[in-house]
Amino acid sequence: MIAPHLPVLQVVLPLLAAPLMVVVRRGGFAWLLATAASVAALGIALALFARVADGAVLSYAMGSWPPPWGIEYRVDRVNAFLLVLVSSIATVVVIYSRTSVAAEVPREQLYLFYTMYALCLAGLLGITVTGDAFNLFVFLEISSLSTYVLIALGRDRRALVASYQYLIMGTIGATFFVIGVGLLYLMTGTLNLADMAQRLPQVAESRPVLAALAFITVGVCLKLALFPLHLWLPNAYAYAPSAVTALLAATATKVSVYVLLRFYFFVFGGTTVFIALPMAEILLLLSLAAMFIASTVAIFQDNLKRMFAYSSVAQIGYITLGVSFDSVTGLTGGVVHLFNHALTKGALFLLLGGVALRVGVVRFDNIGGIGRMMPVTAFGIVLGGLSLIGVPATVGFVSKWYLVLAALESGAWWLAFLIVLSSLLTVAYVWRFVEAAYFREPDPAVARLKEAPLAMLVPAWLLVGASVYFGLDTVLTVGGASQAAQDLLRGGR
Amino acid sequence: MTSLALHPGLILIAGAILLLPLRGVARSAVALAVPVAALYLAWHVPDGAVTSMRFLEFELTPLAGDKLSRLFAVIFAIMAFGGALFALNQKHPLELAAAAFYAGAAIGVTFAGDLITLFVFWELMAIGSTLVIWSAGTRPAYRASLRYMMIHLLGGVLLMAGIAGHVADTGSIAFQRLATDSVAHWLILAGFLLNAGAPPLSAWLPDAYPEASWSGTVFLSAFTTKAAVYVLLRGFPGTEILVYAGLFMVFYGIVYALLENDMRRILAYSIVNQVGFMVTGVGLGTEMALNGAASHAFTHIIYKALLLMSAGSVLLMTGKRKCTDLGGLFQSMPLTAWCGIIGALSISSFPLTSGFVSKSMISQAASDLYLLTVWLLLAAASAGVFLHAGIKFPWFVFFQKDSGLRPPDPPLNMRAAMLLFSALSIGLGIYPDPLYAMLPYPVDYVPYTGVHVVTQLQLLLFSGLGFFLLLDFLRRTLTITLDMDWFYRAFGRWLVRRVLHGMSVLGSEGERRLWRAASAAWRGLERHHGPEGVLARTWPTGSMALWVVVLLLAYLLLYYV
Repeated sequence: MIAPHLPVLQVVLPLLAAPLMVVVRRGGFAWLLATAASVAALGIALALFARVADGAVLSYAMGSWPPPWGIEYRVDRVNAFLLVLVSSIATVVVIYSRTSVAAEVPREQLYLFYTMYALCLAGLLGITVTGDAFNLFVFLEISSLSTYVLIALGRDRRALVASYQYLIMGTIGATFFVIGVGLLYLMTGTLNLADMAQRLPQVAESRPVLAALAFITVGVCLKLALFPLHLWLPNAYAYAPSAVTALLAATATKVSVYVLLRFYFFVFGGTTVFIALPMAEILLLLSLAAMFIASTVAIFQDNLKRMFAYSSVAQIGYITLGVSFDSVTGLTGGVVHLFNHALTKGALFLLLGGVALRVGVVRFDNIGGIGRMMPVTAFGIVLGGLSLIGVPATVGFVSKWYLVLAALESGAWWLAFLIVLSSLLTVAYVWRFVEAAYFREPDPAVARLKEAPLAMLVPAWLLVGASVYFGLDTVLTVGGASQAAQDLLRGGR
Repeated sequence: MTSLALHPGLILIAGAILLLPLRGVARSAVALAVPVAALYLAWHVPDGAVTSMRFLEFELTPLAGDKLSRLFAVIFAIMAFGGALFALNQKHPLELAAAAFYAGAAIGVTFAGDLITLFVFWELMAIGSTLVIWSAGTRPAYRASLRYMMIHLLGGVLLMAGIAGHVADTGSIAFQRLATDSVAHWLILAGFLLNAGAPPLSAWLPDAYPEASWSGTVFLSAFTTKAAVYVLLRGFPGTEILVYAGLFMVFYGIVYALLENDMRRILAYSIVNQVGFMVTGVGLGTEMALNGAASHAFTHIIYKALLLMSAGSVLLMTGKRKCTDLGGLFQSMPLTAWCGIIGALSISSFPLTSGFVSKSMISQAASDLYLLTVWLLLAAASAGVFLHAGIKFPWFVFFQKDSGLRPPDPPLNMRAAMLLFSALSIGLGIYPDPLYAMLPYPVDYVPYTGVHVVTQLQLLLFSGLGFFLLLDFLRRTLTITLDMDWFYRAFGRWLVRRVLHGMSVLGSEGERRLWRAASAAWRGLERHHGPEGVLARTWPTGSMALWVVVLLLAYLLLYYV
């Protein structure tokens, strides 16, 4: 009886949990409810994933208004994959945040934190599951607004400025997006994505459609922090509460990448716009710039959270690089890296949260010798770092492997070389951590530190373990990604 | 998956993780038991692929056996046991675990049925060996380990690039014989040779190995280079360039070992020299030569470990490592001296030692192929080996002048390890049949014929005579020999200074300008990418928005044009 309603329940459960928390106003209860909502979302996502595994497309007509008039929720292999990712990361992070957030957020604001958490989750899941352009915009705003609040809850006072800047930038991005959607609505008369995809080829060469593409591209790229539109990201990641950083790094940017993919390959897929325009070249150029410049900046950072934030910008470059190949292998690499990077960066930020709990702001000069005092945490960070570098037997290797293959496939040897070369930059900043953690004598301040609490270590290591496990067993990740890539490229073409 | 639990390499790696927290008797027990288990398992790996797993779109075979891989795995396991026995009283908590990890990775390489598995274990081996060097705990060791790691990361990149190219070309990841017919295969060969210590990057070996602790060097001598010989045997038998590379290594090792003063650096150079014999054998490519290379790797691990154990005992008991500081130790360390001499005789291929039954096969293969030059060079090199390792090491350390040092023989476990390897060395020399039975090809070679024995004895006696006649020239002074590693350690710095100085001939204005350009380049990088750099600092919100507009305009323009 519930089964047909799964697509909508996916969003509605966390969405309903949020007001309930505000009504009860208890931190502990709010955490329980947020956990329950996340676990339920994970269960639903897995069920949906299983049901679309054979290539079926689930369509859910909201309020029984048939699409394209009503709002349609549409689950296929592409977004089912994303739903599993987002809800599983959210579940891990919410378990982690009980200890972590209690230390970083005032007690009386705890219930608000979890309210925003649930809203953010609902927004992200909504963006992923909906098949309606305007509905997508609404969820984009729900997730963004709650994210601004979550960032502003950070202990550091600079969190407010970071949140404000993200608010401005995020709003600009969302505005651009809605302008683009408006233009498309103007030309096609529909907001349903599938319907739009069918009608677009007839008007593809018209200027409003091209302008719409530009607005949507820039708007979404702002949200996914493509270089040089990443400027809001480092501060937002650095000053937000640890759990929020992990959630954002692992899900928010990834969902934005999904939106980009959805529009590029599904909505505009049937048109010849891409062949006529240098889309791929621009994306390739910006991706390369992100990979090299952001990694170099990361090497020079003193604050570890900021360092890994810049590393995120670089890693997003790999994802968009995969997209820019416009081939099955390339897209597979991009999508699988989206998944893999979410695991790795999620793990890294969760572990850093443990360090932050002990030392405050995590800077290179106050973590000397931490490998001896917090061995489990430090070793986890090293493993995560190895995955960022792309060492075999970690997920990072799997994604880089596909990216290199895609580069070789398209005959671009130099590009394969650049991909490998940029890994060396990653080695440099990961090494800085190894050097500081293992080769410096612990300061008196560090020597008194204890290992992070188990309640934080277990979720963090769950992700570390996953980023090793999926480096060995790639059936789920690469299988899901390559099916998603094939579906995307088939979309309309 | 169950069969993976019986992978001898993974057993050792699991043992390494188990060893980390253990101390005292429990640590000793595990450190000795795990290699024995690995030896048992390695012996019983059947022919062909044992287990397979899916990875990406490939079918990996992490455990595949044949005679060649069993031969190397068995000696690696024996070495892991002997080394652990020797290192039981090593204080540093990391070293035994790192060594077990290292040995496990090396065994993993020998049983890798495909290139991806091979690469994974290859990198694990690099990590394990770096950890072994680190565990010496000294500043020079740390710095040497960094240089070591960089060279091996470079090797890993070469290998990875080669494998990716190979897969892109053929779509297969099977590790079989490869021809040097494409860029990808050359890259793989380069990656392999780098680990073997081949030119032009041989210097990482004598640079790093002597910096390890007294027990660490024993482990280091065994695995990395011999695993490289194994992969060359499997991947590139009969590749001509290997003959030249091998001969170069043979003489490179001899020359530098003769010039060297540090006893463990002498032995490190002689590793390059001995691996050179094996690489030459691989390059010759006949069944006899390949058998020779494989068996020489087997015996070399034993006697080189024995030599380094003897040197390590001296280092532990005296704290000195330079030939000029040592001498006359035979009086108080007779057992160490005897074991050192047995190792020295073995490395010189003295009849009735293990070196004799293995190395002579390589020379025989050269003469069977009528390669006179190669044969002559190998014969000359044999004499050279006797000079630098066979006589020089025991003579300067245990005899020669009396240094006044009177240390006793080392503790029981170290003596036991040395005796075990001495017994193996002599046992294989007297009765080589079990070794010959394990070789990849049937052996129809009889080492103990009159001609072989007399030839070898003549060679050795005359070079021995030469040594004592020229003793005054060979007496070591306090010198440091320069090697290729000097190029990337000191020469670079010197060159910059020289060039700058040369510029000053043109006027100090030129020098200043060059300095300014160099530091401006660095400052530029830092200015743009550093914490306060334009690319890294926090921007005003308005400027951020400006970028958005710029990008939008760019897109719109491109679309309209």
